[in-house]
Amino acid sequence: MASRLAQPRTTGTYVRRLLVVGYLFLLVIWPVALVVQKTFEGGLDNLQTALSDAVVTDALQLTVVVALWAVAINTVFGVGISLLLVRYEFPGRGVLSALIDLPLSVSPVVVGLALLLAYGGTNGTFGPALEDAGLQIAFATPGIIMATAFVSLPLVIREIVPVLHEIGTEQEQAAKSLGAGAWPTFWRITLPSIKWALVYGVVLSLARALGEFGAVKIVSGNVAQQTQTATLVVEQKYQDFEQGSAYATSFLLALIAVAALVVVTILRPKDDTDGD
Amino acid sequence: MTVDTPLAPGAARKRRARSTTSLTRSSGLGLGIALTWFSLLVLIPLSLVVIQSIDGGWQTFRETLTNPQTAAALRLTVTQALIVTAINVVMGTVIAWVLVRDSFPGKRLLEVVIDIPFALPTIVAGLVLLSLYGPDSPLGVNVANTERSVFLALLFVTLPFVVRTVQPVLMELDRDVEEAAASLGASRFTTLRRIILPSLAPAITAGAALSFARGISEYGSLVLLSGNLPLKTEVASVRILTYIENGNEAAAASVATILLLVALAAIVLLQILSKWVARRG
Amino acid sequence: MGIEIRGVNKNFGDFVALQDIDLSIPSGQLTALLGPSGGGKSTLLRIIAGLESSDSGTIEIEGLDATGLPAQKRNVGFVFQHYAAFKHMTVEKNVAFGLEIRKKPKAEVKKRVAELLKLVHLEQFSHRLPSQLSGGQRQRMALARALAIEPSVLLLDEPFGALDAKVRKELREWLRRLHDEVHVTTVFVTHDQEEALEVSDSLVVINEGRIEQIGTPDDLYDRPASEFVLSFLGPVTRLGDKLIRPHDIDITRYEHAATASGRITRWTRVGFEIRLEVTPDDVLHPDPVQVILTRTEATALQLHEGDMVWLRPRAGAEAALAR
Repeated sequence: MASRLAQPRTTGTYVRRLLVVGYLFLLVIWPVALVVQKTFEGGLDNLQTALSDAVVTDALQLTVVVALWAVAINTVFGVGISLLLVRYEFPGRGVLSALIDLPLSVSPVVVGLALLLAYGGTNGTFGPALEDAGLQIAFATPGIIMATAFVSLPLVIREIVPVLHEIGTEQEQAAKSLGAGAWPTFWRITLPSIKWALVYGVVLSLARALGEFGAVKIVSGNVAQQTQTATLVVEQKYQDFEQGSAYATSFLLALIAVAALVVVTILRPKDDTDGD
Repeated sequence: MTVDTPLAPGAARKRRARSTTSLTRSSGLGLGIALTWFSLLVLIPLSLVVIQSIDGGWQTFRETLTNPQTAAALRLTVTQALIVTAINVVMGTVIAWVLVRDSFPGKRLLEVVIDIPFALPTIVAGLVLLSLYGPDSPLGVNVANTERSVFLALLFVTLPFVVRTVQPVLMELDRDVEEAAASLGASRFTTLRRIILPSLAPAITAGAALSFARGISEYGSLVLLSGNLPLKTEVASVRILTYIENGNEAAAASVATILLLVALAAIVLLQILSKWVARRG
Repeated sequence: MGIEIRGVNKNFGDFVALQDIDLSIPSGQLTALLGPSGGGKSTLLRIIAGLESSDSGTIEIEGLDATGLPAQKRNVGFVFQHYAAFKHMTVEKNVAFGLEIRKKPKAEVKKRVAELLKLVHLEQFSHRLPSQLSGGQRQRMALARALAIEPSVLLLDEPFGALDAKVRKELREWLRRLHDEVHVTTVFVTHDQEEALEVSDSLVVINEGRIEQIGTPDDLYDRPASEFVLSFLGPVTRLGDKLIRPHDIDITRYEHAATASGRITRWTRVGFEIRLEVTPDDVLHPDPVQVILTRTEATALQLHEGDMVWLRPRAGAEAALAR
């Protein structure tokens, strides 16, 4: 496809290419490379210092737990709501479809504020009642999970919905006419067809979940070794002039996110909906 | 497509279009659960922000907005987000163009580079920019604690939006149409202006809206970079945080509501603009 | 027996797709639902399969009331215009799908799939993915997949519509032979009258949500019940006050009990066929009359463009309809 689309090369082609590469180099490539370089300035010292610091390891552990929960919730919710939006007709479908994107336009700080107003232990609308029932949300892990799930909510949906539209319903109908009920049709036909879009959506969600900062900062209370996540540790370490640990923790966070993206970009077939 | 006459040849397509069914009992249950979760997580908390700002009354609202520090923060946020979005419209489209139409070694790498600002934790994004444009800059450019740092941070975190919305549309764009325009005597520039840009307009708009919305709501990448200097580099999100930390939730909600309204206005405005460009082509 | 359809209605919003359809489709036959696009024939087929629900009416398949049954319990084989191949499964897996859903023993599935692939001549492609097959091969795979479940009826929705002319003709003949071997009650939807006339035992012409006529290909071609059926099944021209097929007109160079006379104003040759347009002198019917004859006939009559000719219906021309 690329060769068919390739244009005859003119001076403009090279100017554009140079412009784009230069822009991306100065904005992304070089700065990222410098962080990697700074992380390894003293060999593996920075990483070792960071990883032997209980504050850092506890935060990393909390981040991973929170991210996994948030991604799991978003995956189940995302697949379900995508199927409902694309395959079913119900009143308010258009409104719901527009509202789903809302979390992408809301400041993380506003997300934190919103969750505090709803689930805050003292002034929240539902917070006190839930705390009486023994469930603390704000300044505890459930609140951090909710904040993380909030900010990454649309990512899975945005990847799956176009693919569901694209594949149409014929394969699902064929499966039905061959005797497959709703569940086998989903597992054996629909899910394999949206597999790559789903994986990509999950990876984006994971990256976003690992990296959430603003919303978590407000909802978590930022207590070291209890409700402090990895991104909050980066801020604290940097401000405490423990820059080596800040860089090392950043590097680990970035590594997971970028590695997942790269692996998916490489593995994902160029055009997985192609066929006829 | 919805106005197809019964005998139109598009009947097969029409049948695909009505491939939805009404809710069954189990899908209805699923919808109920999904809506409950969505309401508890997103709708109710966000509504509470708006309610809180109204509850505070017009008085609080006005006091908050006329506070010089808050007003300056809002002005800075919106101005920088606008500039950055304008740059993204141009650069994002050019990047998408190069990624789709050009081919050279290392292009695949650029694809990953585009996603990095999205994948990187925002706090790390700030740290990353600080390494090249901070006090120890190998380039000798230090933007830390200046207005330019806000600009730079927003440019970094909003990079993927226009690129990623324009790219698929450009891929689908029929080369035949461009060739037809050329065969009819249109110059490269005329083809670009009359044929390509109008088809890309909706995608560019969508990307610009996302980019602007992200821009005015950015927080994490600025924490380490901008220094949050009142009246100088403090953005709206930081103001909200300060209000929350001071226990002034009503004022925080007021600024938050303004941000939501600005984002909404931008989305509507860009929609109108996109329709205008598409029609004018 | 076969398929009994009683009083079926279907609306999409305010568009009437099907109106009071009553139809008996006999067991073991190959029946074509023929009509223009958007006329409701595909909707009827999908209602029989349970892929669409009717607003009212009942469907009986081989003596079993299927009206309320979902598609997966009707045991019908359905073949889609765009194949609906399961893109992530090999040919073999596609064909085995229905049997695996029915939890048949592995050995039996394997044996049956091999048989079917042989039947549709795809034995050597069993491990390929659908994307590695041609359109015709994909459609044969889809047919094998539908036949695997031993359906009580086989339904085909414009099965050759997405294929090019040559492959379409081959597959059409092949479907006819296959049906002679398998004898499953088969209904297929098409808008191509030639396809319907060539393949089917009986034809149902559907237009604007209603059945226009039911009968054998000969019945419909020779004794059309309406102007619509006449014109839909082949070319039609108006001679005097009658609608007639262009090849059912006798053309002579002298006046002999003629219905009309006029000059040849257009002459087109397509292979062995000569298509003429004769503009009549008749002031009451001044529209040009289409006439088709073979090259041999035209040569024998020494016809040329601009010649004066006389026209009349050919003896035994049955498919004529007085207006």
